[in-house]
Amino acid sequence: MTGPHTLALYEDVSDRQTATRRRRAREFEAFVAGAAPRLLHAATLLTAEPPTANPHAQRLLTAALARTYAEWDRLRGEDPYDRTRQELAARFARAARRHSRPRGGLLDRLTSQERLILVLRLYEGVAEEQTAALVGLPEERVRAICARAVAAMRDTAVRETAARVMTVQNATVQDAAARDAAGTAADARGARTP
Amino acid sequence: MSLPDGPADHRRHHHRHRKEDKEDEVRRMLQTPHPSVPADLCDRAAAHGARLLRRRRALRRTGWLLLTAAALCLTVWASATQPWDPPPADRTPPLIGW
Repeated sequence: MTGPHTLALYEDVSDRQTATRRRRAREFEAFVAGAAPRLLHAATLLTAEPPTANPHAQRLLTAALARTYAEWDRLRGEDPYDRTRQELAARFARAARRHSRPRGGLLDRLTSQERLILVLRLYEGVAEEQTAALVGLPEERVRAICARAVAAMRDTAVRETAARVMTVQNATVQDAAARDAAGTAADARGARTP
Repeated sequence: MSLPDGPADHRRHHHRHRKEDKEDEVRRMLQTPHPSVPADLCDRAAAHGARLLRRRRALRRTGWLLLTAAALCLTVWASATQPWDPPPADRTPPLIGW
């Protein structure tokens, strides 16, 4: 093969690679634009961070998305959203110990395992057997952990509502007492004046 | 044969409904407003992904290179020493019919 031919072939391959890269970047960007808000919410629930300050969740999601990008050409019809969620769950499970410290998020009271199962089952709506496969536990354990997490969440909700009601009631009672006291004083004054 | 609306069925239905209600309640708790996605998240992920791809490709290339080199070495060594030849006898054969 002569020089110019080799060069032409090289340029051809190079062009094709550039085109592939560009197409991949475009498709990936469209995917991220659609999926990132929901995935970032899931990640923020997992890391138990407040939605306004979630650096750990952002890092987790970026790493999972990077993996999806690297495998973009080999997905072969597999849903990139499922793939990213799977990667997110696996990454979170691997680093679960790092996320066990409370950070002030919604699922703060739960353990990292309970959070993972609750988010996959209830927020993402992943089937029980798939969740079991993702987490690496038997289905009965997943069901039990999910029920425990649900009970814990409802318990905290009930307690918070009760606390709020108590505050309101206390305020009402105090108001009433103040009113009563004022009324009594007025009555007393009224009784004394004539 | 069992009646479809026996008391046990009722209980089971009731139980299942209670469980689903509880799950729905928690599901609603999880539906808080979504956090805002940083503008550079996609670019960062793509850059990281491209780096992963490059690293993977380099690793694969190195592997093939090593494999080829090993095969080449084996060929050269085999053609030089020809290990399939029987080793030279280290003892003189007995003298017969002298």
